[in-house]
Amino acid sequence: MSFERFENGRKAALVLADGTVFEGKAFGAEGSVIGEIVFTTAMTGYQETLTDPSYCGQIVTQTFPLIGNYGVNKIDPESNGSAVSGYIVRECCDAPSNFRCEGDLDGYLKGLNIVGICDIDTRRLTRIIRESGVMNGAIVSGKFDKDKLLGDIRAYKVGEVVSKVSVKEKEYYPAENGKYNVVLMDYGYKFNIRRELVKRGCNVTVMPYNATADEIKALNPDGIMLSNGPGDPADNIASINTLKKLIPAKIPTFGICLGHQLLALANGAKTEKLKYGHRGGNQPVKDLALDKTFITSQNHGYAVIGDSVPESAGKVSHINGNDGTCEGVRYTNAPAFTVQFHPEACGGPHDTSYLFDEFIKLMGKLEVTSNAVKK
Amino acid sequence: MPLRSDIKKVLVIGSGPIVIGQAAEFDYAGTQACRALKQEGLEVVLINSNPATIMTDKHMADKIYIEPLTLDVVKRVIEIEKPDSVVSNLGGQTALTLSMQLAESGFLEEHGVKLLGSNPETIHKAEDRQAFKDTMEAIGQPCIPSKVVENLEDAMAFAEEIGYPVIVRPAFTLGGTGGGIAETREELHEIATNGLRLSPITQILVEKCISGWKEVEFEVMRDRKGNVITVCSMENFDPVGVHTGDSIVVAPCVTLADKEYQMLRTAALDIIQALEVEGGCNCQFALKPDSFDYAVIEVNPRVSRSSALASKATGYPIAKVAARIAVGYTLDEIINQVTGKTYACFEPALDYLVVKFPKWPFDKFVYAKKTLGTQMKATGEIMAIAPSFEAGMMKAVRSIELKMDTMTKKEFTLLSDEEVLKKLEDVDVDRSFCVFEALKRGISIDTIHDITKIDKWFISKLNNLVELEKWLAKGELTQEKYDTAKKYCYLDSTIERISGQKLSERGIDRRLAVYKMVDTCAAEFSASTPYFYNTFDCENEAAEFIEAHPTDKKKVIVFGSGPIRIGQGIEFDYCSVHCVWTLKEEGCEAIICNNNPETVSTDFDTGTRLYFDPLTREDVEALVATEKPYGCVVQFGGQTAISLTKHLTEMGVRILGTQAADIDAAEDRELFDELLEKCGIPRPQGETVFTTKQALKAANELGYPVLLRPSYVLGGQNMIIAHCDADVDEYMKIITATELENPVLIDKYMMGTEVEVDAICDGEDFVIPGIMEHVERAGIHSGDSISIYPCQNLTGHIKKVIVDYTEKLAKALHVIGLVNIQYVVYNHEVYVIEVNPRSSRTVPYISKVTGVPMVDLATKIILGKKLKDMGYKSGLYPAADYVAVKVPVFSFEKLHDVDNQLGPEMKSTGECLGIAKTFGEALYKGLIAAGYKFFGTDTARQNGSMGGVLISVRDSDKNDVIEIASRFEELGFKIYATGGTASVLNRNMIAANHVYRIHEYKEPNVITLLESGEINYVISTSETGRKPSLDSVRMRRKAVERSIVCLTAIDTANALLDCLEMKKTIADVELVDITTI
Repeated sequence: MSFERFENGRKAALVLADGTVFEGKAFGAEGSVIGEIVFTTAMTGYQETLTDPSYCGQIVTQTFPLIGNYGVNKIDPESNGSAVSGYIVRECCDAPSNFRCEGDLDGYLKGLNIVGICDIDTRRLTRIIRESGVMNGAIVSGKFDKDKLLGDIRAYKVGEVVSKVSVKEKEYYPAENGKYNVVLMDYGYKFNIRRELVKRGCNVTVMPYNATADEIKALNPDGIMLSNGPGDPADNIASINTLKKLIPAKIPTFGICLGHQLLALANGAKTEKLKYGHRGGNQPVKDLALDKTFITSQNHGYAVIGDSVPESAGKVSHINGNDGTCEGVRYTNAPAFTVQFHPEACGGPHDTSYLFDEFIKLMGKLEVTSNAVKK
Repeated sequence: MPLRSDIKKVLVIGSGPIVIGQAAEFDYAGTQACRALKQEGLEVVLINSNPATIMTDKHMADKIYIEPLTLDVVKRVIEIEKPDSVVSNLGGQTALTLSMQLAESGFLEEHGVKLLGSNPETIHKAEDRQAFKDTMEAIGQPCIPSKVVENLEDAMAFAEEIGYPVIVRPAFTLGGTGGGIAETREELHEIATNGLRLSPITQILVEKCISGWKEVEFEVMRDRKGNVITVCSMENFDPVGVHTGDSIVVAPCVTLADKEYQMLRTAALDIIQALEVEGGCNCQFALKPDSFDYAVIEVNPRVSRSSALASKATGYPIAKVAARIAVGYTLDEIINQVTGKTYACFEPALDYLVVKFPKWPFDKFVYAKKTLGTQMKATGEIMAIAPSFEAGMMKAVRSIELKMDTMTKKEFTLLSDEEVLKKLEDVDVDRSFCVFEALKRGISIDTIHDITKIDKWFISKLNNLVELEKWLAKGELTQEKYDTAKKYCYLDSTIERISGQKLSERGIDRRLAVYKMVDTCAAEFSASTPYFYNTFDCENEAAEFIEAHPTDKKKVIVFGSGPIRIGQGIEFDYCSVHCVWTLKEEGCEAIICNNNPETVSTDFDTGTRLYFDPLTREDVEALVATEKPYGCVVQFGGQTAISLTKHLTEMGVRILGTQAADIDAAEDRELFDELLEKCGIPRPQGETVFTTKQALKAANELGYPVLLRPSYVLGGQNMIIAHCDADVDEYMKIITATELENPVLIDKYMMGTEVEVDAICDGEDFVIPGIMEHVERAGIHSGDSISIYPCQNLTGHIKKVIVDYTEKLAKALHVIGLVNIQYVVYNHEVYVIEVNPRSSRTVPYISKVTGVPMVDLATKIILGKKLKDMGYKSGLYPAADYVAVKVPVFSFEKLHDVDNQLGPEMKSTGECLGIAKTFGEALYKGLIAAGYKFFGTDTARQNGSMGGVLISVRDSDKNDVIEIASRFEELGFKIYATGGTASVLNRNMIAANHVYRIHEYKEPNVITLLESGEINYVISTSETGRKPSLDSVRMRRKAVERSIVCLTAIDTANALLDCLEMKKTIADVELVDITTI
């Protein structure tokens, strides 16, 4: 029946903490869900977005109105499964077209058990979030008691979520002719961080977020990679303490996103929650040393307060071109550098993938130095 | 890195006349650039031969030369003005090529002039085929197997090696002129020969044909620090094989996953880095639909049509930023105008989809081939902004002015299913409509994809529209159906038609469109861009914006002129923009509504607010409801805006300027006749008819020749001169093929001097800035005639009569603002041919040469000011010290099968101006600027290498051609003529060599003669017919293909001879800075 697309369809509503209600159509899994509503301005890479563990506890809105155009496949996911609480799009494409397409978005969400809502004015929603800051909300289908729901929505907290997305046991990914051994601290890592390392000749040991400093040191790594991840960085007290213990070991360290924030906190800096965060594939970041601006992929709701980085520890190396917030720190007390954005891309621009090369160089340099000392 | 301290005075090179492949987008770019440079405190010198542009306005630059864009002239301007630098990348291919020639000849270095934007090395690497291939290879960017060749043999040999089909791309030509796809050896022979000849360096690229791959473009920017960004990605609806200028294009890309998207984005950035472009750059890729394979098709290291589209699609002002980069700024220090707080070093995020739809000239050129290929054919384009592709297409079809409001093309509904299936194979201008028809017939998406190779995504989306329309047509029209159709941007009138039900009868709650903002950032930051598009959602951002910016200023809406087409070109944008500027000066809020992405009017900082939407009744109704304007201005937006007058009046909106009833009086035949009678002004006798029978009767009563045209015409569309019954018959057949809403007019045709005036009236007084006289006698459309200001051959009495008639007509029509009147002077009598109570295409050039700011005055008048109070006296304004000659420019080499014989139907796409102290010099400059070549130098005469002139004219011209032939002979040219013409010339003692016509199948034949290269000029006029198969048409087409100057009017030939006889070179004529006039 060809009119089905117009006539049938499950109704759903999006309810915001401020009481605003959007009426739309349900797609993906059936049911209702509460979460923190955030928006991303990325125009491609919805499958990468859906599988980015950093979105744990959040309902993600796509500002680009046409989502699902090229379908989904088994290769693009950035993690096993999806951590998002819900998904909001203006229009979900039911006839995707791409040579790698293996299914449509609706079926994909059903498979991942993610509740979605479409056919709503996502620009209006984005403007509300932009003006009021990130806000909790719920996607509901069927009748609901608004007052009770609002109570639940307002009570919701993303909370400590790293534990939900991190591996439980260590995992090992050897590279062909691996040259370096790298520990990847998994706070909710995106697969492409691992792929970028393996591609560059690193044997990667993925460690759970709660691995101790001694366990890590015991692996005798050439470098430590601190991954991205969800939630408020300051909630991760144990992980921060672990990093504090690792700093004196002077192991080459590279941090991304939550990893960047955690190392900063371990060094005595502070973090803050941004009004509505940076999420998308078009964020300009200035590398202060190079005096060059790069377009980056970002997904974060918290940022390191640049001024709070102790002079003795290091200094801000990158700033955001739009709002001037801290986007990277280069440490002087240890061979470490961290960035707030995502050089591993997926989705988003690959313009800063050179940072992985720098990490390799950093490991290489120290090797030479330590050999020299030995001699 | 701020402004370079070594730059103080910059020469900006414009792109010249509007031709297919190089249109208004360069006026937009040039205007943005000039303003940006002036804001930097630089002294700007400008050269552009196109007077219809805003960039050649007096306040756009410090010194302005409306002079031919030839290397010699540019060199002289540099010698006179001594700029320290030249901007190479803002004036299209014309400026880029000139810059490269200036640099490569060492001229710039000699004169200590720097090349800004793209340096010579960059231009060479991007434009020279081999250098480009080498550069791409060096950075690992795949190119299509190809070879640069300089002769036919090598081309054929390489094609054998890589296999057919192959694509031929000539080096250094505009919009791919002379290129094409060859499926066979024979085709390659023809295309390669042509391409080699058209390339200024006799070089073509033969490459493997990859038709069917996706075509994807990226607009990228780079500064001298090496910061790089992409402004926008675009995906073509038509796969590789159709020129991107002729394809429906969407932005951003829709069928690319992040992996493919980032792969191509990175490739584009690597390319601009390798080429070291400082400014904007366009990269075109072909992407294999079933793998990650891709190839770089083309790179343009300059601002282009695509960058104008990208600017309008995203709100990112590419040309402005490129100009600032050229003078030393970097992306991270240029403020993003849209947010006012962030910088230009970011990538726009869109939260809508943009659809670009081309405007082709085939409604005028009925016999021309409508097929599409690598040679661009569109004269203009429109852009639609919408939340979905379906809605975007719906807005696009009604913006393109084909009298369509859905994707259904009437003539396709008459075809059988088999015929539709067969028609799908044609790659032509109607392909998207054919796909739609096929879907309606139930032909599967897969089948359509297999035939057309159009991505299934696009076909599925069109199918959604098909399904929606079926749903609407079935059963009762419900609110749900109505709301769904509105979401896809259907007009109420369309919904009523498809459903066969009235909204009112069904109790449907009608919905008007609301507005969303274009803000470059998908609402991430609060922006104050006054740039909106209509959609059907609940929020009205425009209304919020208006509320947040309260003002007691009068709000005035100015309607633009839609897509650029033959007959309604850039001139109308010039007028709209000037109107807006004046409104702002006069303390009004000037609101623009237009849908053309190539123009200055749709730059979001031209007006107080910009609405990028279709210009239909319902779209306008929503705008009026949101803006609640004090009034609307329709007289500057050509026929497009004029057509809205009736609707606006019905909505109760105040029309500022001449009223609807008076506009009607000028356009309605009967009302107009009454008016003329009242004024006692004669016009050529005529009648109104509906059928062929009536037409033949009227024609015989009036006596041949007669002029036939539909009432309510635009640019002489479908207008012919009939000399006999057969002509009338042929014409009526074509015109009655589509439904006749308006009658056909038949007039007695008078072959006299055509005169044109533009006047400004306030109801009491009127000013005629100047009287223009046409070189060609009546019968050739005014837009295609060489026009002279001030008139050279009219007596004082005739001038007085013209002034008198103009006053009477203006007053009788209650003109408030501008009026354009065309007269014919025949046997010392003045007859009126046409009155247009609106701006015209001559307004920009007359404003510039007379110094009377016509649109500014007209705008003030429609706001209530009087000419008297502004210091103008009623009557004819004193003539200037300079003579200005406007010469039309055609794009015949791009439109195969179009007869280049001029007639009452307009064919030119653009114009040039020659300004000088004397008529002769002005004409000479104008002709040079328009690309006429001057042969017959003294050296040629001395060494006997003079060329020839081929003459073949109709009987009525035979008498006149004797003198012309004799003057050519006198100059040393050899004369060739066909049968009848030759014998007339021989009888009159002119040594004309007889050549055979094509159908005589004997040698020497006109075609072999034209191919021999011995002919410099062709003079050809024929009795009748526009069919490409006609002998005379084939001869003229051959001349066009061989780039031989072809004159199709005796008067034009005389004018050319006047110039040849002056024996001047461009070095002899004085260059004029028009700011000093």
